[in-house]
Amino acid sequence: MTVTETPAGPDEPATEPDGKAPVSDRLRHERKLGFRLSAPAFIVMILVTAYPLGYALVLSLYSYRLTDPDGREFIGLQNYMTVLTDPIWWSSVSTTAIITVVSVAIELVLGFAFAWVMYRIIKGRSFVRTAILVPYGIITVVSAFIWRYAFQLDSGFVNSWFGLGDFNWFGERWSSLFVITFSEIWKTTPFISLLLLAGLVQVPEELQEAAKVDGATPWQRLWKVVLPNMKAAIMVAVLFRTLDAWRIFDNPFIMTAGANDTETLSFLAYRQNVTLVNLGAGSAVSVLLFLTVVLIAFIFIKGFKTDLSQVRGDD
Amino acid sequence: MGTKASNWWTFWGVLILAWAAFPLVWMASLAFKSPATFRDGDSGFFPSEWTWENFQTVFEDELFTSALRNSAGIAVIATLLSVIVAMFAAYAIARLEFRGKKLLLSMALGIAMFPQAALVGPLFNMWRGLGIYDTWIGLIIPYLTFALPLSIWTMSAFFRQIPWEMEQAAQVDGATAWQAFRKVIVPLAAPGVFTTGILTFFFCWNEFLLAASLTSTDRARTVPAALSFFTGASQFQSPVTAVMAASVVVTIPVVVLVLLFQRRIVAGLTAGAVKG
Repeated sequence: MTVTETPAGPDEPATEPDGKAPVSDRLRHERKLGFRLSAPAFIVMILVTAYPLGYALVLSLYSYRLTDPDGREFIGLQNYMTVLTDPIWWSSVSTTAIITVVSVAIELVLGFAFAWVMYRIIKGRSFVRTAILVPYGIITVVSAFIWRYAFQLDSGFVNSWFGLGDFNWFGERWSSLFVITFSEIWKTTPFISLLLLAGLVQVPEELQEAAKVDGATPWQRLWKVVLPNMKAAIMVAVLFRTLDAWRIFDNPFIMTAGANDTETLSFLAYRQNVTLVNLGAGSAVSVLLFLTVVLIAFIFIKGFKTDLSQVRGDD
Repeated sequence: MGTKASNWWTFWGVLILAWAAFPLVWMASLAFKSPATFRDGDSGFFPSEWTWENFQTVFEDELFTSALRNSAGIAVIATLLSVIVAMFAAYAIARLEFRGKKLLLSMALGIAMFPQAALVGPLFNMWRGLGIYDTWIGLIIPYLTFALPLSIWTMSAFFRQIPWEMEQAAQVDGATAWQAFRKVIVPLAAPGVFTTGILTFFFCWNEFLLAASLTSTDRARTVPAALSFFTGASQFQSPVTAVMAASVVVTIPVVVLVLLFQRRIVAGLTAGAVKG
């Protein structure tokens, strides 16, 4: 690639004092173009996330209900005190944490098994890969309805199939959480298994063969050869799924509407802000939710000592 | 080894197939149950009597048909916009050296992790102030924002694989810069752009939290939100079979897209996610 061919931008000086005129012209032109091309994306993302988040930060310092706009008043950190001392907040934290930990753990194992099958299968390989995309593509609300009606007393088959009589799944916390987590797992395992499959195909086959020749058991090969070589893929899959599960909203909304202590953090933010139009406390919940997400991301990235931008293929 | 092992893998493959498809069979089977017999306790897995009645009900319901229109319109517009905006950004990332490149990528990553619920309150309030609460544009803007990170990452991963030297080679062979770009680069980039579009469409078609928070009437309410607020034609009628019929209708586009573009969707999901 010859640098001298590139014409300088019309509004740029032709030479630089340091004498390396063509190079820096080209670079400057490139920089300018790059910035112009990415500016719209920059602007949209900042306007719709950073600005409202800052707005939430301000709102969270006020006592402010939409039903009582005149009662708006600066109260400092009191909203945060109210939220953090409320058992509802902590119940939402524990609900969200339980769903997240259980679903991600199960999905990781199940997803790996799926990935392994898709890796090894010969007959009907594309069939299986197509089928696994269906849960991924389906609307979460629809999947929530499907499983809710399956477990529900009047409409479902679960109780009669497993001889549970008239056990009401949505009557108490643990069984409700079970169904919510179950639906979450059904819907999002494909995502994790496809990422793991992508990692799996990158493990050099020769390494496995070599280990086999050296007399390693299948179990040893899995732990010593396969898994370490797909660390990046596992890391990405777990991080993304964890943060995704932490924001869970659709499933509990459809299945229990938050009854029996099944309200998640996103749900709490939604209820405070939209249903109760309690924008002061609601914003405090929003900000706290944001902080928990940042904290989880931080722990992951530090904990795995992986530069995420590198994992994502950026060079 | 050989056929015996291969048969085992096929067996496990069939299990995965069943795992993915079984809930859909259940959905369809509920959708075809007659509401009358369902109320009387038709709780078997398959309907004792098959009927199209539920589909009739949902298509006669203005709430559902308008939601279908809203969903399709909003998802298509948001997808187009986000693909165009992301395409410029991804081209710049894959091709150009500029300050802020790293920042753009990290920002996209940050927004991909952003809890949408944290925006529900502020957007709710701001959109009302701006007069775009409960409108298409009020949903398109946040959808665009949250679709952008995925689009930028996947598209720049696709764009990186394009051998850009070919463009120069074409120019050396006498093509103008524009011709070289159009004849060489565009065809190579098109599959990546298209794949990104499908994934973005899935995201917009699926989104629920913002749709439920930023709409209040059938003016802009999308299918997921409409489904969740659907209570049946009368309060005495259980909406189960109708909700499932509506679900079947909105699942069809997903299944069709999956069947047609299976390879591309897998490529898109994994491109940019894992180094390769």
